[in-house]
Amino acid sequence: MLTQQPLLPLPTAPEPVAVRPARHWRLPRLPAAGRALIALMFPLALLGAWALATRYEWIAPQILPSPTTVLSALTELAQTGDLARNALVSFWRVVWGFGLGAALGLLLGVGFGLSSLLRDYVYPLFRAVAQVPVLGWLPFLILLLGMEEALKVVLVAKAVLVPVAINTDQGIRSVPPQYLEVARVYGFGRWQQLTRVILPAALPGIWNGIRYGLTNAWLALVAVELLASSEGLGFLIVYGRQLFQLDVVLAAVVIIGGVGFVLDKLLSVIEKRLLRWRREAF
Amino acid sequence: MTSPNRTSSWLRYLHPAAVPPALRGWVLPALILFLWWAGYASGRFTNPLFVSPGKVVDAALELIRTGTLWQALSASLTRDLAGFAIGTLAGLALGTALGLFRLAENIFNPTLNAFKQVSIFAWVPLISLWFGLGDLAKIAFIALAAFWPAFINTLAAVRGVPKELVEVARVLGWNRQQLVRRVVLPAALPGIFSGVYLALIYAWLATLGSEYLLTAGTGIGNLLTDGQEQFRMDYVLLGVILVGLIGYGFTALAGGVERYFTRWQRR
Repeated sequence: MLTQQPLLPLPTAPEPVAVRPARHWRLPRLPAAGRALIALMFPLALLGAWALATRYEWIAPQILPSPTTVLSALTELAQTGDLARNALVSFWRVVWGFGLGAALGLLLGVGFGLSSLLRDYVYPLFRAVAQVPVLGWLPFLILLLGMEEALKVVLVAKAVLVPVAINTDQGIRSVPPQYLEVARVYGFGRWQQLTRVILPAALPGIWNGIRYGLTNAWLALVAVELLASSEGLGFLIVYGRQLFQLDVVLAAVVIIGGVGFVLDKLLSVIEKRLLRWRREAF
Repeated sequence: MTSPNRTSSWLRYLHPAAVPPALRGWVLPALILFLWWAGYASGRFTNPLFVSPGKVVDAALELIRTGTLWQALSASLTRDLAGFAIGTLAGLALGTALGLFRLAENIFNPTLNAFKQVSIFAWVPLISLWFGLGDLAKIAFIALAAFWPAFINTLAAVRGVPKELVEVARVLGWNRQQLVRRVVLPAALPGIFSGVYLALIYAWLATLGSEYLLTAGTGIGNLLTDGQEQFRMDYVLLGVILVGLIGYGFTALAGGVERYFTRWQRR
């Protein structure tokens, strides 16, 4: 039946996740091994320059410590347990803030997407709140909540809520109306329409929001920990800076980059699984 | 449907659907403002942090009169725009270069990807050590914040130019410069603009962050932190409103510029 003319105009395929790049007008693609080799050239040269500059003291160690001292600072942080302790504190802050923000953002986004009445009333205020970046709210929230854990969780939650709500709303409103017509033909109730049609169809948009939200959460957390915290990975940087232990500062920067990298990879793995149906369908 | 109750005479005006759509967005802010004012007028809240709406207006007038507001605004905006311009231009240049030359992309992009993962604020302590606490350090940090979105989006946009367009240019026998100027850049423009737009937002966030963390000098961020340290909620609220208004202004401006430059697409 499906091989014949479809009854309903099939919507064009949703925007592909990654636009297939036009390759052939540039140099041909290198084999993977060659690419890896070339990719290593620059960082190795950078590392070499760094090592040489500190070795021959072209740059004072108070301004740029040598790679080996950074490495030993890293191992020391790991051995004393400082690293694990502070990382755990940051981890839970992200978990709570992200969970709270994503849940609220989803609720709000679904509400905006489904009810134009709610949208008319709440969206302008939401936009106004969203317009002020997380850091703008920080002094206000410090006066309101003090420097306790609640401050960090609320700020991280705000950083997550905004992109999740906006993308969920957009995802839902761009669900092709034909899908809903089919659902109505099959006699789906409102709940069934929501869970079986609207949310799956809006998933790429929602996922986009969540992905963006998690990146934002990490950014906001580091900022807050730099400004108003006595624990956490961001605080580790402040601590190192105050004692002029630049090796500790750089070690913490490396760790923060590593966490960002892991988060990014984790999300793209989940994305592949979550949106697999889409690639198979078309 | 959602038609208001017709039997009771005046209650229907209270139904949410009875309010004209253009006014609906004002209901909640007005309600919040009223509750805030009423809460203050009731005199039940003795906490000095609970300031009246009028006090915030007074603070604004006072800061305008003494010229502090102008000073802070112009200082913040100048460094924001300086950092934004430097960072965005660097991002556009590097993004275009790596988008056009695969060898350059293979050499530099993996390293840049690794640096990208570091949350930008983590660089502040190092920047302060290398550049001090003044405007130089702030602008360097803002430029770094604006660089990433501009670079990432430009690279993706240049890479994603449909190959059919490039083929047409080949058929017409255009050289590389013509190809870049007449085909690649116009086709990549929407993607580049979303990068510039994000860069504007990030630059503003970074401006605030730099003023919090690198405390020397004046600015909107300093107004906020000073207000917080002196427990002046009126200054803090004024700062929050200003930050929002400036952010809104940037967004509107960027949207207008983007519409102007991509208007050929809609024809």
